[in-house]
Amino acid sequence: MHGFFFLQLLTGLATAAQLFLLAAGLTVIFGVTRVVNFAHGSLYMLGAYLGYSLITRAPPTPVGFALGALATAAIVAALGAALEIGLLRRLYRAPDLFQLLATFAVALMAEDLTQRVWGAEDLALPRPGFLAAAVRIGAARFPLYDLVLIGLGPAVYLALLALFRTTRWGVLVRAATADRDMLACLGVDQRWLFTGVFALGAGLAGLGGALGLPDATATLQMGFSSVTDAFVVVVVGGLGSLSGAALASLLIGLLQAFGIALVPRSTLVLVFVVMAVALVLRPHGLLGRVPDETGRAAMPDLIRPATPALRALALAALLAALALPFVAGPFLLSVATEALIALLFAASLHLMMGPGGMASFGHAAWFGLGAYGAALAALALRAPLPLALVMGMLLAGAVAALFGLVVVRLAGVYLAMLTLAFAQIVWAGAMQFGEISGGDNGLLGVWPPRWLGGPVGFYFLALALCVGGALVLRRALQAPFGYALRGARDAPQRAAAIGLDITRLRWAAFTLAGAAAGLAGALFAFAKGSVFPTYLGLGRSVDALLMVLLGGIGTMSGPFVGAVVYTGLYDALLLATDAWRLVLGAAIVAMVLLFPQGIAGAAARRVRA
Amino acid sequence: MTLLAAERLARCFGGVAALRDVSFAVAAGEVVALIGPNGAGKSTCFNLLSGQLRPSAGRIRLDGRDITGLDPASICRRGVGRSFQITATFASMTVRENVQLALLAHHRQIWRFWRPAAAVFRAEAEALLAELGMAAEADRAAAVLAYGDLKRLELAVALAGAPRLLLMDEPTAGMAPGERGALMALIRRLAGERGLGVLFTEHDMDAVFATADRILVLARGVLIAAGRPADIRADAEVQRVYLGVEA
Repeated sequence: MHGFFFLQLLTGLATAAQLFLLAAGLTVIFGVTRVVNFAHGSLYMLGAYLGYSLITRAPPTPVGFALGALATAAIVAALGAALEIGLLRRLYRAPDLFQLLATFAVALMAEDLTQRVWGAEDLALPRPGFLAAAVRIGAARFPLYDLVLIGLGPAVYLALLALFRTTRWGVLVRAATADRDMLACLGVDQRWLFTGVFALGAGLAGLGGALGLPDATATLQMGFSSVTDAFVVVVVGGLGSLSGAALASLLIGLLQAFGIALVPRSTLVLVFVVMAVALVLRPHGLLGRVPDETGRAAMPDLIRPATPALRALALAALLAALALPFVAGPFLLSVATEALIALLFAASLHLMMGPGGMASFGHAAWFGLGAYGAALAALALRAPLPLALVMGMLLAGAVAALFGLVVVRLAGVYLAMLTLAFAQIVWAGAMQFGEISGGDNGLLGVWPPRWLGGPVGFYFLALALCVGGALVLRRALQAPFGYALRGARDAPQRAAAIGLDITRLRWAAFTLAGAAAGLAGALFAFAKGSVFPTYLGLGRSVDALLMVLLGGIGTMSGPFVGAVVYTGLYDALLLATDAWRLVLGAAIVAMVLLFPQGIAGAAARRVRA
Repeated sequence: MTLLAAERLARCFGGVAALRDVSFAVAAGEVVALIGPNGAGKSTCFNLLSGQLRPSAGRIRLDGRDITGLDPASICRRGVGRSFQITATFASMTVRENVQLALLAHHRQIWRFWRPAAAVFRAEAEALLAELGMAAEADRAAAVLAYGDLKRLELAVALAGAPRLLLMDEPTAGMAPGERGALMALIRRLAGERGLGVLFTEHDMDAVFATADRILVLARGVLIAAGRPADIRADAEVQRVYLGVEA
């Protein structure tokens, strides 16, 4: 028993060391630049691929390995500096969602480029003797390399502490973390400080990626999977806190080690529970401080009623949508059906994120729950289509209502991260509990009944429910509820002082958005005839985010425009090129730089000007 | 008739006592000024009264009923309106909509999801704005108002809740002298007409002495004097601590 305990302890410490190497750079970058760098996982992935290329070319000795890893760190640091100078420097004054969007686009492009350079195959580092060596612990053997990692984690932590505490550069970085405006007033040129910090954070990610190679293979998926892990660590530890990241890594590493050993299926749920408990008890993370939000939030746009021209345009669009099945072929019709579903999905996120002021990175959770709820109702309970749709919507709405009780008190990035974590948990649950969800193979044979009249009938159903649903949400936003919700976002103190219950308003918006996304998901299940775990995945959450931001978050018609443009763009790209990630990423970067208010936002400003 | 009674209020931040043993009362229809040097505890006192902060010790009574420790929304519903030192208005709305939202909240009409809000309490909002001389600004975005207009809008939003007690943190800061006089006169008139109790902080001593029925003087978290303007002007302790005159 003691042997088991000791072995799991070591395993946990090794995991913790790797988590810390992954997350340290993210938290350092956030602390100074306030940028939530979604591309951090891509830098980690690049570290793994570059590390593979360098280490396999170096002599197979410990020194060769170490030099390869260090060279990797240096190259990734240089790439990080280039990223900061080329892109992020232009976005520091933009709302934080746009930084996220831009770095997400970078992650998309990085995945595409990595595939072009290194190919789609996973790369496993050959294991020469010194990497395969193990030490005896009781009856078991423990990898020697993991022991080295257990030493390396704290060593890097102490080195960073020393860097920040003792060097002049470190003092400036800490000053910038505490109050960057004050530091600027003292005459310190922040630009190079920020570049340096970004390079340091990127270098740490590169080092982590290279050092992770002996225990894992380099894969194209690791960019997005590792960034989720890194976010969890950083959010639990407190954004910007290095010691918090160390503490959180330790906590999560040990929990995973003992969790896997005791209850094999519990790990993801455990991590989520840790995150939820940590954030409920300490809304700014274990060692995080209350962020100074003054001057951070973008000034919300004035919302005006639709002009007659806009109403006419909307009516024309609706007539065109009604006429579409009589002119379009089956492919265009299915794209149009998807665009309608995307419209309701985007409108539901917009309600939360725009007027509600609650950004979500896990909105696919509700979409996917709706899809699974409807599919299970149709398959297991033999429910007819209308009932299945209602059940999908209710499942998503009910889970959102429960989850909302926990999260609506949080704000900003913390809320976004917790929703992301929740979506990842539901996704993992769908993968693991195959006896209910069909696992990776999904649930098949969820088709609409014959009386609906095939794809054309289903298109009209989607048109009625999605446009109708989006209009109902829009109507609620123009009703007293929507004004109160916006009031709570615009000026929370003032809202409370006129007697508004902010928590309840936000909870209601969260639940409503969850139910509407659930209805969209339920329709999608019938449109596709099947449900897969990808419906719950990060990619779909990001789709919704992109549609809302593309349309413009500060307008009421944004999600309508964004959903149609994005679906069209996406399908056209998929058809036209195999480099869709590269092109989509570049398009997002261009959009963030050119239209920071989104398409509808830019149009509204032009009309008003 | 006593409207608000603060009884031995205290508030500590960490080890620092921002407010110690402060007691006072405000009657209906009475305009009371709370003055003191920077850091005397005026804003802390306001935040305790409106529920933004909880007192470390002491009681707050409104109409004899204990409201100590209630949250801001509950205190508002019991008839306390407030304006903020750093103005807080709803930036995505017009001036009229700001007031309409306050009226909707006051009349418990928030949980309605269908009827467009633009038409609800429109006339009432416009009447209130007209009373404050802001009728012409009704359709402007609250975000682009000049500072003096923002202060007036704050007052309109606070009055929309039909408060019996109005707490105003520096209501005339940033205003031109002529505007100040007009606003303070308006507040006096409202207090008289509606029987509204008013407690306000202010750095402009002319406004304080011209407007207030009574003045409370805070220094370093302690109430050092309370009385009519003439008494306060003559008070040696006030002159020493607050006005910087060596007695």
